[in-house]
Amino acid sequence: MFKSYRTFTKLVCAIGASAILVGLPAVGHAWEPIKPVEFVVMAGKGGGADKAVRLIQSIIASEKMAPVPFTPINKPGGSGAEALVHLKGKTGDNHTLMFTLNSFYTTPLRQPGLGIDIATFTPVARMAEDTFLLWVNSDRKDINNIEDFVKAAKAKGSNWIMAGTGKNSEDNLLTDFLNKAYGLNMKYVPYKGGGKVAKELAGNNADSTVNNPSEQLGFYEAGNTKALAAFTDKRLPLFPDTPTFKELGKDYVYYMQRTVVGAPGMSKEAADYYRELFTRVFNSDKWQDYRTKKSLQGDLLTGDALMSYWKTEREVHRVMLKNMGVIK
Amino acid sequence: MLETLGLLANGFTVVFEPQNLMLIIAGCALGIFIGAMPGLGSVNGVAILLPLTFLVPPTGAIIFLAAIYYGAMYGGAISSIMLGIPGASTAVATTFDGRPLAKQGMADKALTAAAVASFVGGSISVVLFTFFAPPLAHVALVFGAPEEFALMLLAFATFVGLGGDDLFKTLFSISIGLVLSAVGFDIISGEPRLVLWDITGFLHGINFLILAIGIYGIGEMLWTVEEHRLGGGKSMLSDATVTVKRTLANLRELMTTWKSIVMGSFLGYFVGILPAAGATPGSLMAYGIAKQISKNPEKFGHGALDGVCAPEAANNAASTGSMLPMLTLGIPGSPTTAILLGGMVIWGLEPGPRLFVDHPDFVWGLIASLYAANLFSVLINVAFIPVFIRILKTPFTILAPIIFILCLIGGYAPTQSLHDVWLMVIFGIVGYLMRKLDYPMAPAVLAIVLGPLAEPALRQSLIISDGSFSIFFTRTYSGPIMVAALIFLFLPLIKIVYVKLRKQYA
Repeated sequence: MFKSYRTFTKLVCAIGASAILVGLPAVGHAWEPIKPVEFVVMAGKGGGADKAVRLIQSIIASEKMAPVPFTPINKPGGSGAEALVHLKGKTGDNHTLMFTLNSFYTTPLRQPGLGIDIATFTPVARMAEDTFLLWVNSDRKDINNIEDFVKAAKAKGSNWIMAGTGKNSEDNLLTDFLNKAYGLNMKYVPYKGGGKVAKELAGNNADSTVNNPSEQLGFYEAGNTKALAAFTDKRLPLFPDTPTFKELGKDYVYYMQRTVVGAPGMSKEAADYYRELFTRVFNSDKWQDYRTKKSLQGDLLTGDALMSYWKTEREVHRVMLKNMGVIK
Repeated sequence: MLETLGLLANGFTVVFEPQNLMLIIAGCALGIFIGAMPGLGSVNGVAILLPLTFLVPPTGAIIFLAAIYYGAMYGGAISSIMLGIPGASTAVATTFDGRPLAKQGMADKALTAAAVASFVGGSISVVLFTFFAPPLAHVALVFGAPEEFALMLLAFATFVGLGGDDLFKTLFSISIGLVLSAVGFDIISGEPRLVLWDITGFLHGINFLILAIGIYGIGEMLWTVEEHRLGGGKSMLSDATVTVKRTLANLRELMTTWKSIVMGSFLGYFVGILPAAGATPGSLMAYGIAKQISKNPEKFGHGALDGVCAPEAANNAASTGSMLPMLTLGIPGSPTTAILLGGMVIWGLEPGPRLFVDHPDFVWGLIASLYAANLFSVLINVAFIPVFIRILKTPFTILAPIIFILCLIGGYAPTQSLHDVWLMVIFGIVGYLMRKLDYPMAPAVLAIVLGPLAEPALRQSLIISDGSFSIFFTRTYSGPIMVAALIFLFLPLIKIVYVKLRKQYA
């Protein structure tokens, strides 16, 4: 077995060498990382972002996509503020990446004192967009669609409990939308992490949630919880019977980005290398399989397309936070 | 019952595959090492080794990681006892009495006690896990914020009598711990708070380990240096030896602590299954209760064997317990199981209520592996006790700098930020001074562990109830826990009043 493995390695080396020889005159010295790449996670251990990073790390390592390991480092402090400041401090570094979510927009908007301008960061690749659905416990036999939901929530007034992940988080934005759109007065209770939120619903300690599918999937498959409507453009393949809010007459769509960002001022060669690398990760069977299983949407976005997406989303979030009265 | 046994037997056939057996032994040995290294702990160990596991099938992978988790629970006690530095947050309660025992020349006794108590705790909990998983999963599910707060209050209450006799100094120490635990980010208001002097390092809060290693590692070392100089260069540590006679005597003495061990095992398991609690509060509560039920509570903190057994039984039991919410609810019961959950995603398994039905091989293989991991861990651990004792014979002048370096590594490892290392050194010096002034430090450490768990639970409950405290008393589970907590809380007061009244009328 070892013999065949060695032969295989030789073969790979030979192919690699010839590829370099062929490619050399055209592209010059292609940049490659020369030391382990620090992969900052803008959230805590065990959350959705952290799980995705550890999966990406294992894909890169097992498919031998890079000559060096990628080491995840969690910096959840201050809703991502700590991670953003850390990345800013690495300006010009070619070996620091960050995996980010929507606090990438909201945290710098809410804390201008940090001096973070996300337009200075290096866009690498948007790997997916996570989706949000409105969930209730399956014990609520009286709630089967959004009309039932509105009726029940109205009846309970401010005693209707919506569990979510932290004040002013994505969940809070969506709760505010629902309250406004349907004239409700749901009480928002912040918990630490989407998994905890999902469990509060399954244990009947909350009346509803706006979890990502990946957070509710276990309970959903066991029949503990059900989805009423999706904050997406189109119906999700995993939830074909769940209508979108668009269909229900409320034009409201919201996604959570799952994106790889590089330190500001990263060299062009390095940025190109990472874009190419994460395109391969994106196209790998394991990542595609993960996307299907977790009902992730959103195509691959890199470079300038990703930057203009960030700028649009930042303005969208600025308006949302203004409407909530969080920023002026 | 019979069906469960059949499934368990299937699990054992998985475990006894040569490859899996090797993984368990390797995992236990690695875990003991990781646990014994201050600051590394099972969280970091499992996180670092997670990517390795794509080389083997999912069942082998989880068995390997669970063995590391388990081994680390054993290993944590080693540095707690030998160096006075908790190897992991779960082993901090073990330092309270393990370290004094070692200083009295009885490190072998403390290490044996820790290993045996861990084994019993692990065994009891894995049996409970095997037979009572589904109903307990239900309890974990309905356990909401009010119940969590009641449980945390109970943990605090069991600790009120833990400091010295000076109630004011104990309260002062608790308050310092609570303030430090509030530093960082407040999820309820969504704002950073107590970010002192706008230093970004405070944004991630103050890790419990930074305080614990500072106080117990650096502070303890400064203390020992002083004692060492005053004592004419002799250290008591080296008096421990391992002989058959001594070991038998140790085991005989250990029999007297069976109550603490059994209490710690059950308590640890039940606290462990509750999401987000984990092994650290479990072991601290077990220590507090062991002291409360002890006939000689004054010996605690000065080398009581029960003070080693109770938390060690509890932390192993809790580590098994925290697997339950991870597997059945997809909610990590501890930071380490949060990483294991990430692993399950990589292996393509969906944790949740369906896991037991859809992947019985995986679940029962894991459960059976816990039996095996427990056995191997205790064997490896006991076999190495003579080696650890030999290390203690190293002259203190050589040992002290090594401990200092281990502390620095331990402070850097969890967050990889130098800010935390400096903070730890400051805590060490402050802790040393406070100890000189006879302030008890254990309550501060307890507060920084339980504060971040208790505070959100309290505020969530009060948001739900619109500020009414009745929510803690009207619910099925939180009511009784709350009453128990209040009884424990006022027990010292009642005792004082009772004694005074008796004196007056006697």
